Amino acid sequence: MKALYAELEWLPRAPEDFSARLKALPGAPGEAARQLHCLAQHALDLNQLTKLAKALDRTRSEVKPLAPLTPFRLAVLSNSTIDLLVPALVASAARHGIALEVVTPSYDQVAQEALTPDSKVNSSRPDAVLFALDYRALPLRLALGDTEVAAAGVAGAVGYLEALRNGIKAGSNAVCIFQTFAPPVETLFGSLDRALPGTVRNLIDGINRALAELLLGSGDVLLDVASLAETVGLAEWHNTSLWNLGKFSFSDEFIPLYGDHVARTIGALRGKSRKALILDLDNTVWGGVIGDDGLEGIQIAQGDARGEAHLAVQRMALDLRRRGIVLAVSSKNTDEVAREPFEKHPEMLLKLDHIAVFQANWSDKATNIQAIAEELSLGLDAMVFLDDNPVERGLVRKLLPQVAVPELPEEPAYYTRTLAAAGYFEATAFASEDLKRAGFYQDNAKRAGLQKQVGGVDAYLSSLDMTITFQPFDATGRARIVQLINKSNQYNLTTRRYTDPEIAEAELDQEVFTLQVRLADIFGDNGMISVVICRPAGAGVWEIDTWLMSCRVLGRKVEHMVLGEILQHARAAGMHTLRGTYRPSERNKLVVEHYAKVGFAKVEEQDSGITRWELSVDDREPARVPMRVVSQGFGSTGER
Amino acid sequence: MDEQAIYDRLAKIFEDVFDEDSIKITPELTARDVDGWDSLTHIRLMLTVEKAFKIKFSASEIGKLENVGDLVKLIKARA
Repeated sequence: MKALYAELEWLPRAPEDFSARLKALPGAPGEAARQLHCLAQHALDLNQLTKLAKALDRTRSEVKPLAPLTPFRLAVLSNSTIDLLVPALVASAARHGIALEVVTPSYDQVAQEALTPDSKVNSSRPDAVLFALDYRALPLRLALGDTEVAAAGVAGAVGYLEALRNGIKAGSNAVCIFQTFAPPVETLFGSLDRALPGTVRNLIDGINRALAELLLGSGDVLLDVASLAETVGLAEWHNTSLWNLGKFSFSDEFIPLYGDHVARTIGALRGKSRKALILDLDNTVWGGVIGDDGLEGIQIAQGDARGEAHLAVQRMALDLRRRGIVLAVSSKNTDEVAREPFEKHPEMLLKLDHIAVFQANWSDKATNIQAIAEELSLGLDAMVFLDDNPVERGLVRKLLPQVAVPELPEEPAYYTRTLAAAGYFEATAFASEDLKRAGFYQDNAKRAGLQKQVGGVDAYLSSLDMTITFQPFDATGRARIVQLINKSNQYNLTTRRYTDPEIAEAELDQEVFTLQVRLADIFGDNGMISVVICRPAGAGVWEIDTWLMSCRVLGRKVEHMVLGEILQHARAAGMHTLRGTYRPSERNKLVVEHYAKVGFAKVEEQDSGITRWELSVDDREPARVPMRVVSQGFGSTGER
Repeated sequence: MDEQAIYDRLAKIFEDVFDEDSIKITPELTARDVDGWDSLTHIRLMLTVEKAFKIKFSASEIGKLENVGDLVKLIKARA
């Protein structure tokens, strides 16, 4: 799990052309800064952070405006070498919307700089001073078993830190950021060190606690480096070899992590922390797909491993709401279907009245998130969007780059940890009014009106580099075909269920045309996502007996491609007409207009809601959609 | 790992660390030959090499290196 933190795994990897884009920053006012902000949103290593900081400094020196980044001057006082850290701070700050300028006095001049009114630090009028001190900066004396001397040692150390703070307050009145101290790994007695007064560990525990109490509610800020070091492991954090080599106070591996934590703290001071969490539902808030699996089929129960993972997401969302973070929902679902678990599932922790805006529809999520932001009167830069689906994440990141969209691991058990590690909701102070904030947005679970579709969806689709593969049914695909036929509810025109032997029969029947469809994209292979069965229905006519598709690939024009493929085979088989039927079920309202959308004409409408449609095979050229087509197993194999 | 492969990887690492793609990596190359190769960048270079080749250098080994040839020998002995 260390990689989550060391590699900032909630952020997308840096693009291939990262360095090239830094060298070719645009000249228009604000564009360079916007580009830097955008490039900083990736998981950057030490070299990449250094390059980005260099580009930012270069932009600043060319007197190009760094707006919309907010300027911030930070002085750093440290007992260690911070030269490697400074660029990491600057680049990480850009990630959090800050144009950071760092003031650094000479090495290990902490007390002189803090206490002298006209020191370099004080006279630079910093917005904040970061005391990047580690335990080696403290006047620690062992006082084994001596409670009084140990207490005096703790008081002395905290008194020293307080004196530094007072010096800064008198000299420049900057905000002071103090770090808790990561204790060294080496113990003297072993476990006893924790309990026995006057050991290093015991003293540091005392100092950390006293420092935290001193700063809470004071207007100055605590940066919990001890917690950071414990999270990744003290043995990984402390790199004695690097200390000996050049007085680097922790392992270089964690410089990106440390930089991000300093940056999110500064961001919080400047009001950049996020305010709303937008949740996807299927496979995020619960396991499974409500439209296909139904109320009984989704996994949300205690005692079920998958269900517990998603319950943890709900619990975290509720806790965040308790501290004032607004919750919203964006789901590709029919509205009533999506609300059902909230209303009826006994294990659901989240209820509808926890959700300020509830958007369940079939529009793209960028459009929905924009509607949510408008409904809440919050900026897009106040939003976090949690979704298990990499395609949805990619779309939102591309079209609404202001929205924070964490990458998520395969294993849902780590969704909460990843969301928390990203630190989107960092706060430096606590106000009891915060507790009520989520309620202000809460009059009702509203549905926001959708505005115009956010532009660029098609361009995004073509960037997915999709390959669609068509094959007739075969033995290899059969298990999945049967599963889809018996499980798919939403994108299913007729909801006809077939058994394994029935499908095996269709495979062999020369008169029956079958299609299994797979889709791959840059995020990986989606596997089989659509199934079609056509049966002869009189001379020159194919009746589409079954047409279904996984909702995971909705909005990617797969249905147009599938129709194109059917048409080709229909022509080859000498057909002149395709006939389609829509049979309404509880769940398939989504496709009531499916045939109209792909160009069929309605020929019959029954009272039961069944509609019949026809399309002349010769009328139509398959729609052109930017994806690669592979058609195989139909006698001749082809790629178009 | 053969020397040519090490030199190829090093070329990429130098480009990344110095943000400069024109440095020619030869055994004789020393810090004096490259703009910006100061003691701090040297450490960043060593840390990047450690990570890329999944090896660790001791503090004294880092101090003893005279030129790129020495570095390659050290990597070859470890990786």
